[in-house]
Amino acid sequence: MGLFDMFKKNKASGSVAKDRLKLVLVSDRAGCSPEIMEALKNEIIQVISKYMEIDTDNLNIQITQTESDTGNGFVPAICANIPIKDVKNRSKI
Amino acid sequence: MSEVIVITSGKGGVGKTTTSANVGTGLAKLGYSVVLIDTDIGLRNLDVVLGLENRIVYNLVDVVEGNCRIKQALIKDKRYDKLFLLPSAQTRDKTSVTPEQMKKLTDELREEFDYVLLDCPAGIEQGFKNAIAGADRALVVTTPEVAAIRDADRIIGLLEANEIGRTDLIVNRLRMDMVKRGDMMSTDDVVDILAVNLIGVVPDDEHIVVSTNQGEPLVGDDSLAGKAYMNICRRVIGEEVPMLDLNVSEGFFAKLGKLFKKN
Repeated sequence: MGLFDMFKKNKASGSVAKDRLKLVLVSDRAGCSPEIMEALKNEIIQVISKYMEIDTDNLNIQITQTESDTGNGFVPAICANIPIKDVKNRSKI
Repeated sequence: MSEVIVITSGKGGVGKTTTSANVGTGLAKLGYSVVLIDTDIGLRNLDVVLGLENRIVYNLVDVVEGNCRIKQALIKDKRYDKLFLLPSAQTRDKTSVTPEQMKKLTDELREEFDYVLLDCPAGIEQGFKNAIAGADRALVVTTPEVAAIRDADRIIGLLEANEIGRTDLIVNRLRMDMVKRGDMMSTDDVVDILAVNLIGVVPDDEHIVVSTNQGEPLVGDDSLAGKAYMNICRRVIGEEVPMLDLNVSEGFFAKLGKLFKKN
């Protein structure tokens, strides 16, 4: 066991801490409380549900960082991962 | 020209009081007149760190309420006659004082002293608002840990919102051995995240515990922390001082001792 541990390369905890902190601070600085995020999430679900059936249990919406298209480094962004169950019949719309 | 400086952190236990005591003592050592104000009403601590706990007669709340004159409440330090402490009240709470009263108090004290240092309580409530009310600038203390840095970020935002003129960062309790093996965020990591001017790094040093036990701040002595604090004081007064090299190699006997411990 000990021998195998020696070869196992774990990511240094210092950089794990830094990455986690960066994410936490993005939402902290955006001033988005969990209540606001929850309200935002619910409204997004409502809107999208009008057009398609989505998997509300497995959706994930969070504020994170993404590389900007215009090349100003990393910018905060809302990232939504919403699995679609079924697209509603378009002829109705 | 005198300055009012608040020492704050958001999170508790990162070393605000130790930093206040050492920076205050260090500035006095450099020849400036200094008054340290303990604004942590209800959780008085700066007096014991300075070793002045037996001399308290009046406190901050007494001064604010007009039960005594400022001069009566000020306690002169044991070693430096230009260093004074205005202790906090132990049996009252944060609401005993308002930001307006604190502003008035610091404005009066700045007439008499070169530096007015405020040791801020943890948190962002009334105590924090009181402590920053009269401050020109701030020293934000953090340790290289996620919780402390997150709180420091919040504090830096609040200081900006309250138009505190200048904010400098102190990274406290850094362990170079852990940074080297990647298990602790480095000073660069912390500065990168918080995007604020770094005014000093204090290593995790056993001497701090000893000095607190004895009630004598170690600023200016030969220990690594003592040197680091003295450098911070020099930077506070505006001197350009290069960052202390914390990678001091261990002495021969320390190495030898470790060798025997391992085997």
